[in-house]
Amino acid sequence: MTMMSPMQTNPTTAAATMPGTAEPISIRAAGFDGFYGSFQALKGISLDIPRNQVTAFIGPSGCGKSTFLRWMNRMNDTIAGARASGTLTLDGEDILARSVDVVDLRRRVGMVFQRPNPFPKSIFDNVAFGPRLHWRHSRADLEDLVEQSLRSAALWNEVKDRLHASALGLSGGQQQRLCIARAIAGGPEVLLMDEPCSALDPKSTASVEELIRELRTAYTIVIVTHNMQQASRISDRTAFFFEGSLIEAGQTETLFTNPKSKQTEDYVTGRFG
Amino acid sequence: MTDVPHVPVARRLLANRLFLATCVFCTGLAVCVLAVLIVSIMIDGVHRLSPDFIANFASRKPDQAGIRAPLVGSIWVCTICALTALPVGVGTAIFLEEFAKRGRLTEFIRINISNLSGVPSIVYGIIGLTAFSRFFGWRAGAEPIELGSPDSLLYLRLPFGSSVLAGGLTLALVVLPIVIVASQEAIRAVPNSLRQGALALGSTRWQMVSRLTLPASLPMVMTGAILAMSRAIGEAAPILVLGAPLMVLETPANLMSEFTVLPMQIFNWAERSKASFQEIAAAAIIVQLAVLMSFNALAILVRQRLQTPLQ
Repeated sequence: MTMMSPMQTNPTTAAATMPGTAEPISIRAAGFDGFYGSFQALKGISLDIPRNQVTAFIGPSGCGKSTFLRWMNRMNDTIAGARASGTLTLDGEDILARSVDVVDLRRRVGMVFQRPNPFPKSIFDNVAFGPRLHWRHSRADLEDLVEQSLRSAALWNEVKDRLHASALGLSGGQQQRLCIARAIAGGPEVLLMDEPCSALDPKSTASVEELIRELRTAYTIVIVTHNMQQASRISDRTAFFFEGSLIEAGQTETLFTNPKSKQTEDYVTGRFG
Repeated sequence: MTDVPHVPVARRLLANRLFLATCVFCTGLAVCVLAVLIVSIMIDGVHRLSPDFIANFASRKPDQAGIRAPLVGSIWVCTICALTALPVGVGTAIFLEEFAKRGRLTEFIRINISNLSGVPSIVYGIIGLTAFSRFFGWRAGAEPIELGSPDSLLYLRLPFGSSVLAGGLTLALVVLPIVIVASQEAIRAVPNSLRQGALALGSTRWQMVSRLTLPASLPMVMTGAILAMSRAIGEAAPILVLGAPLMVLETPANLMSEFTVLPMQIFNWAERSKASFQEIAAAAIIVQLAVLMSFNALAILVRQRLQTPLQ
């Protein structure tokens, strides 16, 4: 490919590594507090998220895992009264600083929502939405980029003959994969997924899960899920949240088979939650 | 459970039938009133319709009188009204829905804009007279200031007097609340999940509005806009207050020209006692209805066109 591809994003700084390994850290939180007005939704979260791995956030509803996710691309800025303190960095750069350009941050940190939210536009225009916001691609480059993104999202073969048909005509699972294609077309480093399969049937869920496994070679993925089987199937690392606190985080296998904390054990074995 | 008495099935079916009958009666009544109106106007006026009736200017002799000046005047006034009220109205709606912080002040503004659409149009006529025709009494009694040549389309005279520009701006005041409220509803109908999606891709607010919410709400905005225009084209009271002359023997040449509009002409003819004037008033009403219906047809067409931009 001859075009300047926004898909290849190079690590900007020599980032810190995960303790005891050579795995570089993508997102790091230290003593992170999050508030909605006077309600403290997140309490002193310290967590390192390694690059090019899938990190799953699990925990009962209202435990703060989605809130934490939405701080990573500053989507909480749109909520009146939401504020945060402590450290939250992407590649060593402060995410929370006032000087951060949220437009650029959100290009680097893509997001996929709980319910598929395709725009009422054609499939092509959906995928091209992000690139068009940030660059002036030629038509040919844009077509390449859209194809590449749809291929990465394992959707190309299903839609290549109807790129200019409405995205609303796709099935739920296809719509969610389209949203993933849309999120990666802007060339992010990180993909945040907020329960991306909870509105999908089992077959679509399986295809999206498979896609997530494939995407981790190119992206750092953080996924919020209610489904513990899903977390154990697709994630490399898992973090368990409870009532706004991070109870335990570690290798997924260890956390599920040999958790350190009693609370984690009770939750992953289905004794509560 | 057996102790609980049944509601007899026959009674429920009867109530159902009664309700249906009431609904049919109400609908029938509305349709009948409209039919009587149209039929009686048709009987009175249809034989007066002719190319001459459209092409001629007003006259003291009903047989030679036509609606050329009011018809063209209505088109001028509505064009000016659309060009001013639509950008301002849609812009206000975008600001209130997408940019303004929710608070007491914006809530107060919102409620008052809704209230404004209930203000009688004659009140807007008085505001228009004060603000546009007289510039709040500025240079009262003195000669108006002229800008540009009277041959030019953009010739201006300050204050505007009872010109077609003053008329169009006054009608813009009348329809502005309608345009704003309709556009607000259209923008509000765009699901929030789409806004979140656009912002999460790194849109600025303006990119989100211009590329997503505005295109998505455009069919509803256009429908509201065209309905507002049909309101504008039917208004006589505000134009009457502006002091538009009753007998106009030329079509507007520029923004400062004298003008009259169809509802004014209808009002003028209908209040005369001579039967032949009643007839041409009816004929003018038929033209007015035809214009109105084509506006509404356009609204439907635009909506359908814009709602299916994709195969």
